[in-house]
Amino acid sequence: MSTPVYVGLDIGASRTKVAVADSQRRMIGHAVRKSGTDFTVTAAACLDESLAMAGASRGDIANAVSTGYGRANVEFVTAQTKTEIGCLAKGCYHRFPEAITIIDIGGQDNKVIKIDADGRRSGFKMNRKCAAGTGAFLEEMSARLDIPLEEMDGLARKATEMVKLGSYCTVFSATEVLENIRYGKKVTDIVKGIFYSVVSRILEMDSPTERVVMTGGVVAHNPYIVEMAEEMIGRPILLPELPQLAGAFGAALYALDGKGETDG
Amino acid sequence: MAEEKKTTRKKIQATDLMNKIMADYFYDLNDAATTGKRKVAWCTSVGPAELLRALGFAVHFPENHAAMLGATRMSTDMIPAANAIGYSPDICSYLTADIGAFIKGVTPLSKAYKGIESVPKPDVLVFNTNQCRDVQDWLAWYSRRLNVPSIGVSSPKNVKDVTDAHIDDVARQIEALVPALEKISGARLDMERLRETVSLSRECTELWKKVLETATAVPAPLTFFDGTIHMGPAVVMRGTQTAIDYYKVLLAELEQRVRDGDGAVEGESTRIYWEGMPIWGRLRQHSELFSQLRANVIASTYCSSWIFPSFDGRDPFRSMAKAYLELFIVRSDEYKEGYIKGMLEKFRIDGIVYHDAKTCPYNSNSRYGMPQRLETETGVPSLVISGDLNDLRCVSDEQMKTNVEAFIEQIAEGR
Repeated sequence: MSTPVYVGLDIGASRTKVAVADSQRRMIGHAVRKSGTDFTVTAAACLDESLAMAGASRGDIANAVSTGYGRANVEFVTAQTKTEIGCLAKGCYHRFPEAITIIDIGGQDNKVIKIDADGRRSGFKMNRKCAAGTGAFLEEMSARLDIPLEEMDGLARKATEMVKLGSYCTVFSATEVLENIRYGKKVTDIVKGIFYSVVSRILEMDSPTERVVMTGGVVAHNPYIVEMAEEMIGRPILLPELPQLAGAFGAALYALDGKGETDG
Repeated sequence: MAEEKKTTRKKIQATDLMNKIMADYFYDLNDAATTGKRKVAWCTSVGPAELLRALGFAVHFPENHAAMLGATRMSTDMIPAANAIGYSPDICSYLTADIGAFIKGVTPLSKAYKGIESVPKPDVLVFNTNQCRDVQDWLAWYSRRLNVPSIGVSSPKNVKDVTDAHIDDVARQIEALVPALEKISGARLDMERLRETVSLSRECTELWKKVLETATAVPAPLTFFDGTIHMGPAVVMRGTQTAIDYYKVLLAELEQRVRDGDGAVEGESTRIYWEGMPIWGRLRQHSELFSQLRANVIASTYCSSWIFPSFDGRDPFRSMAKAYLELFIVRSDEYKEGYIKGMLEKFRIDGIVYHDAKTCPYNSNSRYGMPQRLETETGVPSLVISGDLNDLRCVSDEQMKTNVEAFIEQIAEGR
């Protein structure tokens, strides 16, 4: 007899993440892919990859919950969706069962979510309709500097100084970057300034409580951002083992608890 | 694929009657403007409409027209025309939509009412800055463009307690408008008629208050989205018997719904207070968004702003001044917070949604720490959404959806 598994699918604007949990609430499979333009196809590919990692097949899925912008586009999930805010809260509280503030930096938006000691959400904030502080901002800047996104973390670490960017606006920031290149500033120092801008935009969204957890793809691929945030708030930041999968794992836990039916 | 449950708010039967009296109102205005039988005054929404009616003017409200541009989703196409002549996309999008529509020579009135070709040409423009400075700038544009006088009242802002000094000042300003208005209208002010008009306004707004307070019932028989439509007569026909007669009909229907336990949202489980302007071009979508989550937005500052308990026909000028000054938008945050706390209790509210409207700072009360203070004091959770009243370029539907869904989830999980 096969072992039942519980699937969480986080169809984000930039990346699709799938987590597979067993009945002991452990993540036994996962996958991440670019969401692309066909969320259904990407979700299916991600699902199969994560099931393979878990040693399971589609027939073993006892329940599935989808979340993220494309949450309604997953054909094999029927009327079981949760918001990414709910799923991040669920996934992070499972890993850190205490009062926490979650800071999630995603491709298109940022979220600051506050959880009380009993795991209840006490509030959340999303960024305004603006790319400042999001993955989209980093993508724009990497394009301006003509350096691959995955090299930015290493470059920021090599900075000897920091070129601070003054603007909120992604377009104005890009102009500032070009201006600094013209002035002969080092690319490493500019990249550090870009990272600083991301962290500043997020920390000004809300006042974090004592214990802070960071999640999201930007955090997963740019650990220097976490170090910078720790320095700015003056205390260590907690990280799940797979920060990019926190929302998908939370969705898998909702699937396990059979509580994915509240939405829409 | 996840299917969305379709739940829509229940239709209010009195809507047909409202549509008729609103049509009559617009045709009457059009008749006044096109035949010259009566003079036409444009008046800001909480300007001295009672005085204008008592002097025999047909009264047009540019804010109502701008809201129609928003609700018909014409506004976003009009605003750029005003931007292009120097009116910034950051200022009131009622102003930019209305002026933009005038420049382009279009109006939702001609689409809704056959035979009406344009907004009624004004003989005088009358403002009260109790709403904001933008209303004065708005009418000033028309004044220059149409060579029509723009006169009005300058009101104080951030008032905690409305004092006799405030009332004296504004009452004198209203009285000072009389000679100019008499000259334009060609009629002497009949004080009896003014007293009667003020009394009719009082009766209208008392009925409107009762209409809104039917939503204290659980389940509530109407939604904020209904309120934004059904406040039309209270906005444009304040001071007339027609508005009073209408609200008697509406109130009877809603009271019957309360007796029948007939809620506007099926299975109402969450009761929301809306603070700020509606997003006019998204009324239907937002109504459906909340009702699909079995949440009802049952009360709001916006709809309640057309309740004027101080109108008193025995003392028309001073009571008009007091009524216009007691408006929520005129008041300090300390007053506003006390007001909202009262509403949370009265309507048994589970959560507050603050609409931070990009182009309307005066109606965006989330910018000076109010949500945090009220949440700490009352324990009622809040959500701030970014959007705009009329400029849909400032609205993100997906962000709105995620925010509202997550907020209703949060409230449900906190129970």
